[in-house]
Amino acid sequence: MNTIKKIMGIAWITIAPAIIYILVMGAIHNINDAGTKDINKPIPWVIIITIFTPIALGLMIFGYYALTGEYDKPPERSDEL
Amino acid sequence: MAYKPEKGIGKIIFSSSLGTLIEWYDFYIFGMLAKTISIQFFPEGNSSAALLSTLAIFAAGFLVRPFGALFFGRLGDLVGRKYTFLLTLILMGASTFLIGLVPGYKTIGLAAPLLVLLLRLIQGLALGGEYGGAATYIAEHAPAEKRGYYTSWIQTTATLGLFVALGIILLVKANMSEVAFNAEWGGWRYPFWVSILLVGLSIYIRLKMKESPMYAALKAEGATSINPIKESFGHKANFKMVLLALFGAVMGQGVIWYTGQFYAQSFLENTCKVDFIQSRSILLWAIAFATPFFLFFGWLSDKIGRKWIMLAGMLLGVIFYRPIFSIFLKDTDAKEWKKQDLVIIKSDTIHLVLSDSITTKYKNYDGAKFIEIKKDTVTNIQNMNNVIIKTYKYDVKPRYINKEFGRKRYIKFIFLVWIMIIFVTMAYSPIAAFLVEMFPTKIRYTSMSLPYHIGNGVFGGLVPFIATLLATTFTKDPLVGLWYPIGVAFLCFIIGAFYLTNKINNDVND
Repeated sequence: MNTIKKIMGIAWITIAPAIIYILVMGAIHNINDAGTKDINKPIPWVIIITIFTPIALGLMIFGYYALTGEYDKPPERSDEL
Repeated sequence: MAYKPEKGIGKIIFSSSLGTLIEWYDFYIFGMLAKTISIQFFPEGNSSAALLSTLAIFAAGFLVRPFGALFFGRLGDLVGRKYTFLLTLILMGASTFLIGLVPGYKTIGLAAPLLVLLLRLIQGLALGGEYGGAATYIAEHAPAEKRGYYTSWIQTTATLGLFVALGIILLVKANMSEVAFNAEWGGWRYPFWVSILLVGLSIYIRLKMKESPMYAALKAEGATSINPIKESFGHKANFKMVLLALFGAVMGQGVIWYTGQFYAQSFLENTCKVDFIQSRSILLWAIAFATPFFLFFGWLSDKIGRKWIMLAGMLLGVIFYRPIFSIFLKDTDAKEWKKQDLVIIKSDTIHLVLSDSITTKYKNYDGAKFIEIKKDTVTNIQNMNNVIIKTYKYDVKPRYINKEFGRKRYIKFIFLVWIMIIFVTMAYSPIAAFLVEMFPTKIRYTSMSLPYHIGNGVFGGLVPFIATLLATTFTKDPLVGLWYPIGVAFLCFIIGAFYLTNKINNDVND
């Protein structure tokens, strides 16, 4: 089980930048002065990319922790935190 | 510690849950009345007002909620749970009431949307601080073997807040004309004004509450955290648990919650074109029948653990969302309805220069009704001895709106939405106890609030935006928007299944 957790860590590290890439490409393709939907306005994209960048970074860190075995044995008491 | 866990627990649950329910109510009425609010404060054609409107929608949910979680979470760990979630309640109540008092754009111009934006941001901030405090407060009073059950009461509040908001808006709407409701000082303001009464009552009740016994003991020992944010997110051992809570539980729960309770209703109204009142009443009934299951799954999580109940809710969503939404589409296909024996209730034709708009209202044998709008294009006009003869290209894609179900199909739709809310109850009910058990008392409020609001506010709140994005990009599949909640829930299920433990942490007094 611990080996699978570590291998999956690589997937989490890879997914994170992919999410940001998809969002940036989504913004480039959809922001349009003539459009009327929310996806055509720049402000929602700026807010979403701003909030998702640290979340994606968090997913990368999560993947790194998984890869380095930090989740092999979850802590059970606060003195282990 | 001399504190007996179950002493007065009913009162504690009631006082905490009532305030949280009211906060959810306050937050929802803005979203539910968005159309009217937009007319009153953010008129079309004014670019500044449109910008403020977008900010009010996106910044309040996505940016300010997590920030509120950090701000009030820190405060709750520094000065105590009681005063912090009293403060969030006051801020929420006051800002909601004041939104109801802001004059419209026609009266005070750009000051109106600016004020509404400011008040909406305060609402988002307050909501970010409320839930973590209330969940922590109840959990820190509950005995270990009933923590899931007692905290599941707080889990009912988000759904019941939606229920109360829907109910009050429908009640006001039913008692006045559309014009009176949408007027500048019309009925849409009443739900905002009602809030002050509810909040006043809740503040009175909360003032009588005592501090959480675990936090009070910690404070008496001088063992509270000096810098909760640093201890929560700056120390690897705790930060990795925050990440695990977010990616292995709350992220999936957030999309399941949003899809079952908001996206379903919005899909029925906007994509399937179900009548306004019926689409809402379907949700109301489904919520009413599903709410007791929050308590059931909370109770069950005390017996068999939290993990697999939450993950089962996510997996069921992953499996059944597309089949359920396919039924929604199939059963609301008016072309199929037209194959049945229909009665024309009313038909009007408006003659335009280059087209004729024909509106026909149909009714079938089981009471189902719908309106068909056809726009036949005039391709040629001839004057034959003073008689005008028009040649038409007939509209092959008429629009069907205001669909109302007969009794049988109405019940079927309530059942389908109910199933999706059952997934919500599974994923959401154990989450408060699960989060509380993950973090130590001195930084619990901060540590659990942030992943909760990122999971629900950001991942859940993005469902309509990403659904529109997908529907615009991949136009052939009308259900393509569902891949976002399905994908996030599946990812969360995998992370949760492999990395979370099902062990119930009995001792949260650490």
